[in-house]
Amino acid sequence: MLSRSADSLFWLGRYTERAANVARGLSVALRMAGLSAQLGAEGDEWRSLLIATGCEPAFFGKHEEASQENVVDFLVRDPDNPTGIISCFAAARHNARSVRTALTVDMWGALNDSWNTLRHAEFQGERLPGFLEWVRERVLLFNGAAHDTMLRGEPWLFVQLGTALERADNTARLLDVKHHLLAPAQQATVEYAQWQAILQSVSALRAYHWVYKDRLEPAKIAELLILRPELPRSLTACHGRVLEVLDRIAAGQAGRRGECHRMAGELHARLRYGRIEEILSAGLHEYLTDMIMRTAELGNEIEAFYIRA
Amino acid sequence: MRAAYAAVAAWLERTPPAELEAKRAEAELLFRRVGITFAVYGEGGDPERLIPFDIIPRVLARSEWDRLSAGLSQRVRALNAFLADAYGKQEILKAGVIPASLVTGNEQFRPEMQGFQPPGGVYTHIAGIDLVRTGPDQFYVLEDNARTPSGVSYMLENREAMLRLFPRLLARHRLAPVNRYPEDLLTTLKAAAPDRAGPNPTVVILTPGAFNSAYYEHCFLADEMGVEVVEGADLFVDENVVFMRTTAGPRRVDVIYRRIDDDYLDPRAFRPDSMLGVPGLMAAYRAGNVALCNAPGCGIADDKAIYPFVPQMIRFYLNEDPKLANVPTYLCERDADRAYVLDHLDELVVKLAQGSGGYGMMIGPHATAAERADFAARIKARPADYIAQPTLALSTVPTLCANGVAPRHVDLRPFVLSTKDEVRIVPGGLTRVALREGSLVVNSSQGGGTKDTWVLENDPQEGGAQGAVAC
Repeated sequence: MLSRSADSLFWLGRYTERAANVARGLSVALRMAGLSAQLGAEGDEWRSLLIATGCEPAFFGKHEEASQENVVDFLVRDPDNPTGIISCFAAARHNARSVRTALTVDMWGALNDSWNTLRHAEFQGERLPGFLEWVRERVLLFNGAAHDTMLRGEPWLFVQLGTALERADNTARLLDVKHHLLAPAQQATVEYAQWQAILQSVSALRAYHWVYKDRLEPAKIAELLILRPELPRSLTACHGRVLEVLDRIAAGQAGRRGECHRMAGELHARLRYGRIEEILSAGLHEYLTDMIMRTAELGNEIEAFYIRA
Repeated sequence: MRAAYAAVAAWLERTPPAELEAKRAEAELLFRRVGITFAVYGEGGDPERLIPFDIIPRVLARSEWDRLSAGLSQRVRALNAFLADAYGKQEILKAGVIPASLVTGNEQFRPEMQGFQPPGGVYTHIAGIDLVRTGPDQFYVLEDNARTPSGVSYMLENREAMLRLFPRLLARHRLAPVNRYPEDLLTTLKAAAPDRAGPNPTVVILTPGAFNSAYYEHCFLADEMGVEVVEGADLFVDENVVFMRTTAGPRRVDVIYRRIDDDYLDPRAFRPDSMLGVPGLMAAYRAGNVALCNAPGCGIADDKAIYPFVPQMIRFYLNEDPKLANVPTYLCERDADRAYVLDHLDELVVKLAQGSGGYGMMIGPHATAAERADFAARIKARPADYIAQPTLALSTVPTLCANGVAPRHVDLRPFVLSTKDEVRIVPGGLTRVALREGSLVVNSSQGGGTKDTWVLENDPQEGGAQGAVAC
């Protein structure tokens, strides 16, 4: 496949995933903001969301206060914010347009329809929950279209690579923002609602109950989101997927491998054989910061090997 | 009304206007959804514009098409023979049939092509010939497009849209299919490959990029053929061999269906400031390591100044009488022609010899006195730049307009594919329609639309309603 096409497909996977992740984050923050008025922690949700999306400095360069309206506008519409939902869709569509031939009609239709609606969408106030749900559904539709219709060649693998890497990054950032809540011996009501929120933001609240059949506990939440391979958004599942996809690309190219393959293998092995007690005792924040950094490096190595070489 | 239209006429009669309007809206949604757009630069508004699609098809009987098809094939064979000659022995110039200055002095003439024969000897592998109709048995060739003709994706997508919108209407007709065009195109491109490439040459489409007006078409065709769409930066030349950059390393390229103009193909051979092309491409081409479709330099065959000589080409190279007529054309550079043109500006269409897209033209009967005076001055200042033709009484076809079904002028661009052994033409072509009442300008850059073009598998029985000629 053309290197330029691989680049576009990789970022197509990343941008669509990012748009959905921002929408997930906003949904949970909105729910928390509704609850926290009763809990006396107003405003915190919007700030932690800005941190989790990596947008905090850019946001405060424009706004004084992390009010709901400001944050929502910044994360949905603001054309200066490349992480915003509309910006992500615009970038995804731009990438899709430059690789039209690699996409199926269903994928393009899902993306192009979303874009046409999104440009004129109303999203403030009472419309917000419905809008965010719609964004998530559109990405699910896009992913479903890819899954159901795309030829299992390199184009497919590069979309998968982008999606998996972006998802790994998102889960790590999300956990990192809330890492203090997962420190041992925090049992207040505020935390319980926050724990629920963390799980909801990766659609894993039910999954928690299925896996642990127990009440919410911080160490188990961390274990589920970092180490459990059966949760599709856990770090280990995402990096397992990255490794698998890289191996399949290499297999299709007569075993041609590079630094990105070694790095992905090492990263996945750490997760696969990791233990939550050790991670927590060494410091969750340090562990997650390291993961975020390694994920970014892996992304750079993939681009260096397949795209810019 | 011609018999070929009988079933369509009956359909229009029994379908309520509101239903036609609903179908029109549905068609627009369909085209927007698929993203079949045409980029128009620098005019503000939506940069990804839809070309309006008219839901009422244009119908040709089989016998009409067969006559056209034979004429088109003849014409393109002559154009290819002319190109080979013009860059070879120049016999037609030596014989004095075409003034040498019009060819070797033409700005589209590429000295780089002299004495070089492309693989297979074909120059214009893909030609688009614009036709208009003035009567039941009279078609004229309006223009030849031998460089990078576009629009074939609309021919194919228009049929898909009709199949989706009106499955029952289509089932009542027996239509000649158009959907094998991409396969024919791939066969044509493969046939152009250098011998060295073997039976499975690597074919790519070279596009100027996503901002080009025909980008949709480039991707569409690549998709249908299963080949890569590449930009200049995706290709490089090493030791006169062309490669594309892939995730698995460099891969050799054998045939390039290039949709960028000669000027931008290779900054080392042509415009040095071009960022769209591939440095060294012409050297690789001349070394016989890659095929370019169409060959550089085809512009000397579709120039409006060369157009008047195509019937002579047919006689000269094929020793046949032309089966398709040319529109009488006056070359302003000739004294007698110029005098006639300046005297009859109110009845002629004046065009730039090098112009395209409907720009730089004046339609005498619709122009103001001031516009005519302006063109008279321009013609006197640069006579070689202008040609003139009589306005033709173009036939019209029924078209869905704001106030219901009304007659509108159309043209037709069939696409002619040539290899060294044969010429292939998918029945039909792109019908463009002038949506403004009375307008003769069908270019999509000037607000024209398109229609599906039907060639019936069998001739219908003559009879039924009589009336205006529908084309």
